Amino acid sequence: MSLPTVAFVLGLLIIPLAVTSMAWQKIIIIACIFAFLALSFDFLAHFVGIVCLGGAFFTGVGGYISGLLNSAFGLPLVITIPIATIGGGVICTLFLLPCLPMRGIYFAIVSLMYPLLFARVIQALNIFGGTDGLPGLATFPNIWVELYLILPLILILTFGLRRLVNEDFGMVLRAIKDNDQAVKASNINITWFKMKAVFLAAAIGCFSGAYLTHLYGWVGISLFALDFSIFPIAATVVGGVGTLVGPVIGALILTLFSEMLREFGPLRVVFYSLILAGLVILNTGGLVPYLQRKYHQFERWIEI
Amino acid sequence: MNKDVILQVKGVSKSFGGVKAINHVSFDLLKGQILGIIGPNGSGKTTLVNLITGFVKADSGLIFSEGKKLIGLPPYKIAGLGIVRTFQIPRPYHSLSAMKNLVVPLYSSRIVRTIGGKLGDRDTVALDILEEVGFERDAHIPYKHASAFPEGFLKRLELARCLALRPHVIIMDELFSGLSVSEITAMIPIIEKLQMNGMTLIMVEHRVRELFQIAHRVMVMNFGEKIAEDVPDEIIKSEIVKQAYMGVT
Repeated sequence: MSLPTVAFVLGLLIIPLAVTSMAWQKIIIIACIFAFLALSFDFLAHFVGIVCLGGAFFTGVGGYISGLLNSAFGLPLVITIPIATIGGGVICTLFLLPCLPMRGIYFAIVSLMYPLLFARVIQALNIFGGTDGLPGLATFPNIWVELYLILPLILILTFGLRRLVNEDFGMVLRAIKDNDQAVKASNINITWFKMKAVFLAAAIGCFSGAYLTHLYGWVGISLFALDFSIFPIAATVVGGVGTLVGPVIGALILTLFSEMLREFGPLRVVFYSLILAGLVILNTGGLVPYLQRKYHQFERWIEI
Repeated sequence: MNKDVILQVKGVSKSFGGVKAINHVSFDLLKGQILGIIGPNGSGKTTLVNLITGFVKADSGLIFSEGKKLIGLPPYKIAGLGIVRTFQIPRPYHSLSAMKNLVVPLYSSRIVRTIGGKLGDRDTVALDILEEVGFERDAHIPYKHASAFPEGFLKRLELARCLALRPHVIIMDELFSGLSVSEITAMIPIIEKLQMNGMTLIMVEHRVRELFQIAHRVMVMNFGEKIAEDVPDEIIKSEIVKQAYMGVT
């Protein structure tokens, strides 16, 4: 393992020990949830060429599935979270299936429309607890379980996805992004491959929704909030598109940053937006690619 | 039906808006032959290729390959039957190395179905195929990103992608266009070798001189219609072809 990898793994695992207050530990958990969504976005956008703003859709579906299973059947969270992950992934994929032949902005619009639609349906029909949501759901036993369940999962997912995109299966996905016509001419059913990729991304998002549900012990239409779609994109831009590690770091930085700006009150969003706009306009290419460049420079650096 | 016919096109038509891109074109492709298709720009050559390979849906007509109806099948299924094509403008996977470009067709269901577990490591097979089209194994070329390749290499990569699918029929859409004479001279032996190994080829070309050296039959198109089909020597003599194609009156 190389030095940056070790630093990333250890850094992620010891952050919770480094902060003192419970409030900050909670913030780290929220950052991790956004890291999941950012990973899912980066995977689809950079390796499959699908710009998916479905983060809110995934968290909402995952959250409601695990919330309903818990409140209606009293299933414990060790069962509801896996079911919500897989089942939610399947449901989201089925909903997104008709838009798979679409590319670029069209897919993005549809994926952004679903969370709005679902939230309104729940509100209007007053199902699943309506606007109040479903309170009193099962929660994790303590904060250390919460932390050390999600942190190793992020590591597994980051390195797992990185491995996947370099496998032969990942090559097909990347080829679809580069040139889908040529993939069609190579006897490959691109819809089937895109479907598998969307399922994977949706399952990741649904997991974060289910996790969030049990973190709060409550599920409501705020799980369909567009923050879950937009924030991961910001995190990916900050961390570096297509690096997979970048979005995780980006999500951590942005969440912590957003908390630190809290004392500015209403001005917080202004500073936050300015910084984001600056990063995009200056076209920094992301933190991780920058660090990678510097690291490779120093690696070849010889003292004379 | 003649047993040696590997691809049969019967009265195929296609219009885009009011323009008849292809008007009742029929031809038979015999196993092991090289069929050249020539014609002025806009005469419907590429549309014909798109129709056969399923990238464009025909308005009417029939296309058969070994008893199977091709019209209505999606492109990936037609490729799965062993009828593969190159693109006029090369379509490489820019972010992948040349070798990984070939991993994609090697992952196709056709290859998995026919060779299955005996394929071995896809990277190694990819290197073998690249060598076949003239990429030296020991050089850096197979490991370079396709985005760094000049046109000539991209055309070879197109051909390699087809070969990776172990096809019966390769349809080459202007494989020689944009290449220098020396590059073409280097490609011709590759194509001749393919033909000698029993491959059937359709070559859509503007490079008439080179095409007539290797083609068994040549079909001439103009304004979406087939105006002649014969052996190359007869095509050169034909008045109607001279008029349509070479602009000689």
